[in-house]
Amino acid sequence: MSPTPQTIRKTFQHRMEELRARLLHMGGLVEAAVHESLHAVLEREPARAETVIGGLEPEINELEREVDERVLSLLALQQPLAVDLRFAAAALKIGNELERMGDLAVNIAQGAERLLRQPLGPPLVDLPRMASQANAMLRMSLDALMRGDAELARQVLPADHAVDRLRDAIFHRLVEAMAQEPGRAELNLGLLFVARNLERIADHATNIAEDVIFWLEGTDVRHGHAAAPEA
Amino acid sequence: MSLGLLPTLTPPETTEAGRAVIEVRGLSVWYGTRQVLFEVDLEVRERSILTMIGPSGCGKSTCLRAMNRMNDLIPTARRQGRILLDGADIAGGDVLALRRRVGMVFQRPNPLPMSIFDNVAYGARLHGLARGRRALAEVVERQLRAVSLWDEVADRLTQPALGLSGGQQQRLCIARALAVEPEILLMDEPASALDPIATARIEELIQELKERVGIVIVTHNLQQAARIGDRTTFFLGGRVIETGTTRQMFTAPARQETEDYITGRFG
Repeated sequence: MSPTPQTIRKTFQHRMEELRARLLHMGGLVEAAVHESLHAVLEREPARAETVIGGLEPEINELEREVDERVLSLLALQQPLAVDLRFAAAALKIGNELERMGDLAVNIAQGAERLLRQPLGPPLVDLPRMASQANAMLRMSLDALMRGDAELARQVLPADHAVDRLRDAIFHRLVEAMAQEPGRAELNLGLLFVARNLERIADHATNIAEDVIFWLEGTDVRHGHAAAPEA
Repeated sequence: MSLGLLPTLTPPETTEAGRAVIEVRGLSVWYGTRQVLFEVDLEVRERSILTMIGPSGCGKSTCLRAMNRMNDLIPTARRQGRILLDGADIAGGDVLALRRRVGMVFQRPNPLPMSIFDNVAYGARLHGLARGRRALAEVVERQLRAVSLWDEVADRLTQPALGLSGGQQQRLCIARALAVEPEILLMDEPASALDPIATARIEELIQELKERVGIVIVTHNLQQAARIGDRTTFFLGGRVIETGTTRQMFTAPARQETEDYITGRFG
């Protein structure tokens, strides 16, 4: 699918646009799920966890199935090629990435329910920062998908390293805290899981950005690869 | 060490293969005052299938026909540039000898109005490649087996070829072309008049034949080009816009014009 849709295959392009719209809708739900689950942890609001577990995540799962069906139908009936083929392949992967992010939001939300039974600990300085960065990466990768903007997608990639560093710092601090205060181990372990899930969410946002670059440019930038397609 | 648990894997793509048998260099062609090809450069390689794609009137069939001087039959046609077969220019030489080395299969099967046997034996007789009934019979059987037609026609070799189905006729025409042991086979929409089953058989056959001959196929069927080509050339307005491995051309073409054409945005 091209950002400049001048086409003689109008029905086909319409179906491709519909597919992208469904992906973006799914992305919006995932953004909400991540936001709500983090809010549940950081602001200690258990109702928000239930919004994720009971409402958003099942809808995300259903959308993944719909995206899969739409892509398979496009491949079987329309035989997309070149940029359109790359979009179909990217859409299949992005749908899967988003579904996994929904699962990770559920993990955080379930953790929140356990964490809220624990007394409040010291302020979580790095965790909100990490949440904010992971959220920003998700938003940027979805914006890149919406606008067809490979440059914006490229900006997501280095952010993943920053999130990894924050996770390492949080791990270090929480492990130290567990050694010093064994009685609060359950709380700190719960926070450690939140950090772990956030880091995975950032990974999936990075994957989406890589898929967007592949769609638009035909280049595979995963795992440090930046080579142009063979000539 | 193989445990024999996995099937032999086909390489994910077929790419470069062999030396260039035909080299087209700066080829321009005119019909009367109208120029239809503009300084075309391309190569046909041994053990490789080159597919030529492009919209109607883009020059791909003219380029194909130039490779065995079929355009010589058109009085108003003239050309500039060179077409080299194994390094030697094909202009001016014996056209019959050229067409033995560079065979042609057309869009519609065109069996000769004679028996199945004689259709295949025709070229071998003409070029003196087999003498005597027994030698000819060996040629006929070998080529009919090569196109997977032998089992279907072995008991009716003396019957008219025109009694075969369309797909069988096309395979017979390919057997006829192969009987003179060409180095290159040119095919102009070889499956466009056939049903999907016959088309699949022709495509499978083409894949097998590339071990013997270099193949050039003009096709409007992009999926067919994607399925069978090793390399693909895109023509537009009488010019070669881009040539590349088929995988690259159909997943990430370098030129916007190629992308526009194969994604249906062209026009």
